[in-house]
Amino acid sequence: MSVLYIVVPLAMLIVGGAVFAFVWSAKSGQMDDLETPAVRMLHDDTE
Amino acid sequence: MSTDTLHRIDTVADDLIGVEVSCTHCTLPVPAGLVDRTRDQQFCCSGCATAFAILHEHGLDRYYEFAQKRAAPVLASARRYEEFDHPAFAARYVVTSAHGIARTELYLEGVHCASCVWLVERVPLIVSGVVRAELDIRRSRAVVEWDAAAVSLSAVAATLASLGYPPHPFRGVARDAMRTREDRAMLMRIGIAGAIAINVMLAALALYSGELNGMDGSLTRFFRWISFGLIIPAFVWPGRVFFTGAWASVRTRALHMDLPIAIALAAGLIRGAINTVADSGPIYFDGLALLIFALLVGRFLQQRGQRMAADAAELLHAIAPVRARVVDAQGVHEIPADALLPGMVLDVRAGESFAADGVVIEGSSSVNAALLTGESRPVSVGTMARVFAGTHNIEAPLRVLVEQAGETSRIAKLMQQVAESAGRRAPVVQMANRMAGIFVAVVLTTAAITWLVKWRMQSAHALDDAIALLIVTCPCALALATPLAITVAVGRAAGRGILIKGGDALELLATPATLVLDKTGTITEGTTELVSWVGDARLKSVVLALEAGSSHPLADGFRRAFSEHAEGALRHVLHDVKHVAGCGMEATVDGSSVRIGSPRFVGYSANGSAVPIVPALHDAIGSMDRTLTPVFVSIDGQIVAAASLGDRVRADAAASLKTLRAAGWKTIMLSGDAQEVVDAVGASLGFAAGDAIGAASPEEKLAFVERAKLRGRVVMVGDGVNDAAAIAAAHVGIGVHGGAEACLSAADVYLTRPGLDGLVELTSGAHNTLRVIRRNIGFSIGYNMIGATLAMLGVLNPLIAAVLMPTSSLTVILGSWYGRSFSRARVRSAS
Repeated sequence: MSVLYIVVPLAMLIVGGAVFAFVWSAKSGQMDDLETPAVRMLHDDTE
Repeated sequence: MSTDTLHRIDTVADDLIGVEVSCTHCTLPVPAGLVDRTRDQQFCCSGCATAFAILHEHGLDRYYEFAQKRAAPVLASARRYEEFDHPAFAARYVVTSAHGIARTELYLEGVHCASCVWLVERVPLIVSGVVRAELDIRRSRAVVEWDAAAVSLSAVAATLASLGYPPHPFRGVARDAMRTREDRAMLMRIGIAGAIAINVMLAALALYSGELNGMDGSLTRFFRWISFGLIIPAFVWPGRVFFTGAWASVRTRALHMDLPIAIALAAGLIRGAINTVADSGPIYFDGLALLIFALLVGRFLQQRGQRMAADAAELLHAIAPVRARVVDAQGVHEIPADALLPGMVLDVRAGESFAADGVVIEGSSSVNAALLTGESRPVSVGTMARVFAGTHNIEAPLRVLVEQAGETSRIAKLMQQVAESAGRRAPVVQMANRMAGIFVAVVLTTAAITWLVKWRMQSAHALDDAIALLIVTCPCALALATPLAITVAVGRAAGRGILIKGGDALELLATPATLVLDKTGTITEGTTELVSWVGDARLKSVVLALEAGSSHPLADGFRRAFSEHAEGALRHVLHDVKHVAGCGMEATVDGSSVRIGSPRFVGYSANGSAVPIVPALHDAIGSMDRTLTPVFVSIDGQIVAAASLGDRVRADAAASLKTLRAAGWKTIMLSGDAQEVVDAVGASLGFAAGDAIGAASPEEKLAFVERAKLRGRVVMVGDGVNDAAAIAAAHVGIGVHGGAEACLSAADVYLTRPGLDGLVELTSGAHNTLRVIRRNIGFSIGYNMIGATLAMLGVLNPLIAAVLMPTSSLTVILGSWYGRSFSRARVRSAS
């Protein structure tokens, strides 16, 4: 079971990365409007 | 028979049986008269045709490939939005960067689907000089950036309007920026707290299962330290709000939910830390992490639900006019209403509202002052007559010398009263807050007693048991109980066209009290409709032909009532059409002279002699309802038809009022209209003799509500500025469909569908919501009592606590979601 001593901290690091990504996205306003971007990506812009 | 002939017959048949042709732009049926068989595209109105032409010209035909289409025609508007270019407008709403790029936010009417996003964001392709247009569809708000040197904002605004999205300035940029910051901070807290809670619980799972299966000592220590390491950031970042809240509660000496939460969190953390270092005893970290997360989610939900309802009401605000047309040496031009000064001369066309108080210096017309006085019948005005901001010019253009504008106008003073009344309104102590106070006191005392008793008994884990009690009774479920139930109710109510701005309104509406209703626009439709018509049916098309070009509300009533005679009306040949302000109209129709208007005008010829009346009409005229406005029609000097028009009582009013009375509400009608009109309406709707009160000024309405408040809870329902002060003063104010801006901002609840059945739904929904809240609170208190008892007995092991806490929250969540508050079916809002 000694592998846990490496895997668990590694998992924590990954969680830290995910939390950082979330904080960054919230701070840069990506969570402000959850509806329009979902609609906007349907308009593929070729013109 | 050739195919050509067949085709022609088909076409004619189509026209005769009225096969529906749908508008190329908005897909609504095109009126038969407008169908043009020679074109590929058909339009229901000139607005849609213009929108199509703009799109086609700029190669944006792809718009028509979207499955979702607009469900309303584009209303053609000649507005040029000149006021958008005025310096006063720019100073308030426009930010210009160093590179000459200006930026503003606009509310757009009518955006609702994917194709709207596509179209609005293609505005830079349509108007050169626009750099960027970005739409937030949920808030109906667009950010527009443009090169101030290349294009003016009015041009952008006019293009948006011709595409079917009339723009309005967005007034709350500063407050909105603050909200966005708050929302982001809250979201970050929840995200971090959630991530930490899940991981601490994973570690706890390892620990619990390790306890059962005999885990290696060093591995146990490792997981305990991992949990400890994880919980620290949860306290430092997301958990900090509870400590600041608790500190505020201590300073203001008011028992607040944050206080026991902070105590429990602190006690749990310290004891857990000591136990971690000592390597023995419970560590509590999983419970603490989950607690922080659940409490934050509860708060977020509560905030968001109420904000969304407030936002929707805000949009309705923005639609109020903010411009005025001023006449000066250079001609006539539009400026923002804020920039008006006494001494300016206003040009007010028929069908527009006055932007300031003043005196008529040119023209004569009639004015609908229902907004200010509640009087449903128009009043005639001539030169030197006083007119007030917010009232409506009906018949003919007027020039008005501004005397009072902005904050000194009568309507602004009334609004100040509204704000004062709203400020004086006593804060409602919500049931949940009262409960929280008691709860806090009970929990703190019980924990103290547990510790004291056990310590006296020399128990080894006196402190541990007290802390276990604090944590297990932490008002997780209790904190969620009210906000969740209210969030679900407010959300569902919004889907039913009922916008609720604050949760406390639901609590106050849950049990019957005194219900004061305005008449004009609330119980009645607020518009003039044809109530009776006596005369030859063939005359209807003649009346319609005459009234077609008039903007008088009586003409509107005739147009709505006789709409099926529209084609017949087109066949009449009219000459010498003359409007006589305050009297009626006359014209030569198909060679005969026709007069239509008030009995005084039609009933006497030019030399003053009485005009004979067709015998068949004698009885009908004698029995006409005195509360209605009579209209006579004469042809070649003989009265041949009589009509009466008035403000019709809403179709569902009688049934809705009956339901409300049956539920125990005391209904009172309070109107600014004449007493005789109020009496007639009151009698037909079953109001008791003293409960239909007329001729009440806005000030008297306010006084009435203040008096009624001494006897108990008062709910005021209204639509006009004249009701706004009373709405703000009442315990709960309700604005109805089509209401004025002032009334919307004062109201706690706004009904977006016409009719009074929304009121019935609101009260029964509020009643049900309160029941759901009570049940939730009952559940969470039940769980807490079990947990507290186990903790006091010292038999609460961490596993039971870990199961008990989430189950109590889950029960509350499920209870709120499946609880019967408002119906889940959505209705299309009429706005």
